[in-house]
Amino acid sequence: MTVFLVLIVIILFAVTLWQMSKIYALSKGKSKDVSGEVANDKDNSVNAKLMIMFTVFLYFLMFYCFWYYSKFYLPEASSEHGSKYDNLMFISIALIMFVQIITQFLLHFFSYKYKGEKGKRALFYADNDKLEFIWTIIPVIVLAGLIIYGLFTWSDIMNFEEDEDALVIELYAQRFNWKARYAGDDNTLGNANVRFIEGINQIGIDPSDADGQDDIVTQELHLPVGRQVIFKLRSQDVLHSAYMPHFRAQMNVVPGMITQFSFTPTVTTEDIRTTDYMKEKMRTIQKIRNDRNKVLAAAGEPALDDYDEFDYYLLCNKICGESHYNMQMKIIVESEEDYEAWIKQQETFKASIADQE
Amino acid sequence: MSAHSNALDHAHDDHDAHHDHHQTFISKYIFSTDHKMISKQYLITGLIMGIIGIAMSILFRLQLAWPNESFTVFEIFLGKWAPEGVMDPSIYLSLVTIHGTIMVFFVLTAGLSGTFSNLLIPLQIGARDMASGFLNMVSYWLFFLSAVIMCCSLFVESGPAAAGWTIYPPLSALPNSISSAGTGMTLWLVSMAIFIASSLLGSLNYVVTVINMRTKGMSMTRLPLTIWAFFVTAIIGIVSFPVLLSAALLLIMDRSFGTSFFLSDIYIGGEVLHNSGGSPVLFEHLFWFLGHPEVYIVLLPALGISSEVIATNARKPIFGYRAMIASILAIAFLSTIVWGHHMFISGMNPFLGSVFTFTTLLIAIPSAVKAFNYITTLWKGNLQFNPAMLFSIGLVSTFITGGLTGIILGDSTLDINVHDTYFVVAHFHLVMGISALYGLFAGVYHWFPKMFEGKMMNKNLGYVHFWVTAIGSYAVFFPMHFIGMAGLPRRYYSNTAFPYFDDLADVNVMITIAAIVTAAAQLVFLYNFIISIFYGKTGEKNPWKSNTLEWTTEHKHIHGNWAGEIPSVYRWPYDYSKLNEDETDYVLAGQDYVPQTVPLQPNEEEMNH
Repeated sequence: MTVFLVLIVIILFAVTLWQMSKIYALSKGKSKDVSGEVANDKDNSVNAKLMIMFTVFLYFLMFYCFWYYSKFYLPEASSEHGSKYDNLMFISIALIMFVQIITQFLLHFFSYKYKGEKGKRALFYADNDKLEFIWTIIPVIVLAGLIIYGLFTWSDIMNFEEDEDALVIELYAQRFNWKARYAGDDNTLGNANVRFIEGINQIGIDPSDADGQDDIVTQELHLPVGRQVIFKLRSQDVLHSAYMPHFRAQMNVVPGMITQFSFTPTVTTEDIRTTDYMKEKMRTIQKIRNDRNKVLAAAGEPALDDYDEFDYYLLCNKICGESHYNMQMKIIVESEEDYEAWIKQQETFKASIADQE
Repeated sequence: MSAHSNALDHAHDDHDAHHDHHQTFISKYIFSTDHKMISKQYLITGLIMGIIGIAMSILFRLQLAWPNESFTVFEIFLGKWAPEGVMDPSIYLSLVTIHGTIMVFFVLTAGLSGTFSNLLIPLQIGARDMASGFLNMVSYWLFFLSAVIMCCSLFVESGPAAAGWTIYPPLSALPNSISSAGTGMTLWLVSMAIFIASSLLGSLNYVVTVINMRTKGMSMTRLPLTIWAFFVTAIIGIVSFPVLLSAALLLIMDRSFGTSFFLSDIYIGGEVLHNSGGSPVLFEHLFWFLGHPEVYIVLLPALGISSEVIATNARKPIFGYRAMIASILAIAFLSTIVWGHHMFISGMNPFLGSVFTFTTLLIAIPSAVKAFNYITTLWKGNLQFNPAMLFSIGLVSTFITGGLTGIILGDSTLDINVHDTYFVVAHFHLVMGISALYGLFAGVYHWFPKMFEGKMMNKNLGYVHFWVTAIGSYAVFFPMHFIGMAGLPRRYYSNTAFPYFDDLADVNVMITIAAIVTAAAQLVFLYNFIISIFYGKTGEKNPWKSNTLEWTTEHKHIHGNWAGEIPSVYRWPYDYSKLNEDETDYVLAGQDYVPQTVPLQPNEEEMNH
């Protein structure tokens, strides 16, 4: 499909150049023309036509992008607040595309229609208070609606209420990987500070704090479906940002302070793998990778890793150094039972210290 | 005041009559205090920086389209940073950082506002020169110095700054965090500190000149919109640039003198740093207190230029002159209280996020008014498609497209998932990058005859330049919204490190091809620009049949601009196609424009300007 788009672009370029060469030839022919480098009627009419062609190009580009590239959109949100986010996004995009289509049409159509001609008289039209009032007040009303809707959603997401069974997890960022710390049986995270980092205590849990003894540090993020998770984010070195696109969740991780974000996952990893969206996406990616493997095999290079199952992921989204682009963590959303079984297998902080000694 | 300045003018006239200015090469072309020469210096320095900045973008676009592939061009330009022609991740970050810095500050701030404020303020308000020619010269040479330092930083052994153009600490504050956070970062900070000094001297000069040195009859409501835009831009610059200077100074102290303004609880390179109590969020606040107004420092001059160019070439008055001034003022005021929308998820209080959402979406209102006014100005006009006009229309188009997505990013809720993705990259490139560049081009095509003594740029090359650029830049930035909606973060050296984004590779290839074509089209402009300086056809004194004062001066540049007395002004600058009272003909028979220097005619209806 890209080839097609590239072709269209090239053709339009070619047409443009052809039209250009035409005017060039025309203007060369009329060397007596006193106007010199000032646009004459010919220039005006050619450029007016190009304006219309440009409008066609612009509408085509927008249509093409929405038609073929909207499949790149993230799947439906896998978190409770995510559906509200998606609604607001849909309304906003519909609104701005409506305005975009109308204003771009007017702009380019007027440019075409009112092209200059010798002897034509422009309309002296300097002011119209009524008109200006109308197009001030319409954006005011529309934006007021958007602001109110947006702010209610924002406050729902950020000023969340803590459920009784909410799970507290610390996300710990260091260049260039993520760790998760579960609060353990007491559901309270022990104190921590970079000054406690020593040996196996890689994330600086305070060894003297009783709350921290049952904390569990893991390399993967497992979340039970349908249970609220409260993330406490902590960084050991520079700014990072914990970006979980499928859950419509993102929060910066700031050294020296603890930031937080909360959501309730609603779709398990298992379930999202079976959606049509994800199956289709995996098919596309596998096809791309197979094609590339053929090229690699021909060049005698090792094949790419297999990629046959989708997993949620957490990305770093704040520039943090050379390997910023490769700083991620796998997220697994699973049933409460699976989660309990998994967490039981993990070693507590106390046990890991004891092991070391 | 005006009596006083008139007396001065007359003194000056006598002075001119008695002496010829004997200028050496150095005082004429290098250490010149003449605003016309200084504006050319700004423009040419800005264009050279622009070539560097755009070339960098092509380099990293190649890497994004064909990750980890070997290119000879990398070997040539990046040397040891591209072993066997494959780009190194750290130089990728440097390229992105310096591309942003150069384009925002050196091209679009100094190259655009510096060039046209210097050229047009004295000429359009009817002044002999800037209030202080000397400070003006100092301002340019400080800018030049900062540009040289920025370019030098490209050749530092450990690499140029690589913390993003926003240089958030601790990454930029810890010399051992990445190799390039050492000397490269120091030079970046020094260069910016000097740049800020240059910008402040320039801005103060612009403000003083506009307030004090307008010619007789040139009331504030008779100023061309260009001057309003430059004037307000200078004020925003004076308000916000010093805050960036303080941020830079505090960062220098954190880096070199062991303070903890932005640092706390850090463990890096196997040891705990002593710093405690600082906060990177403080830096973000200070940075964006300039950073956001900076967007308008870049954009307002472009909008001012397009207002003037559209009115002239539509042969119509700009629609809603007073509304345009009001929206410039509203945008300027709001621009200083919206910086927090860059920080919705920085960890600041969510309530602050609500406040900034509110102020941010408010700014859409004056912007919408401006867009509608431009469109109405075109309605029933007699549009002359000179290259400058095309670029101005292009500006309105990209300003709308890019501005609309601002409604999504300015909404704190929606920002959560598109923050720092390619959606943001697409948004700001369209609304401030491309739009402001179009403004710059419009200005160059329109005022080229004023800068280079009557020479004009070739219009056909101008058309080729415009149409290829217009198509190309949409082809680059429109699809970018969609890879942003896919959740692809910006500033990733490659997005093939994990398979999830593999299906976006084709789009990246398409974008890169479009970017290369668009960049190539700029060579047409450069060729046209250079050739026209030497071989351009000399046009009429007032080639675009414009009303403003600069076209009453002669082709030949003289010190003091007007050989005789400074012309007085009797009307606003937008009396295009105005008819006489019986509507039989134009006010001046057979001529569809009435220059500002023409007094009220007997058969003319008086307007409130």
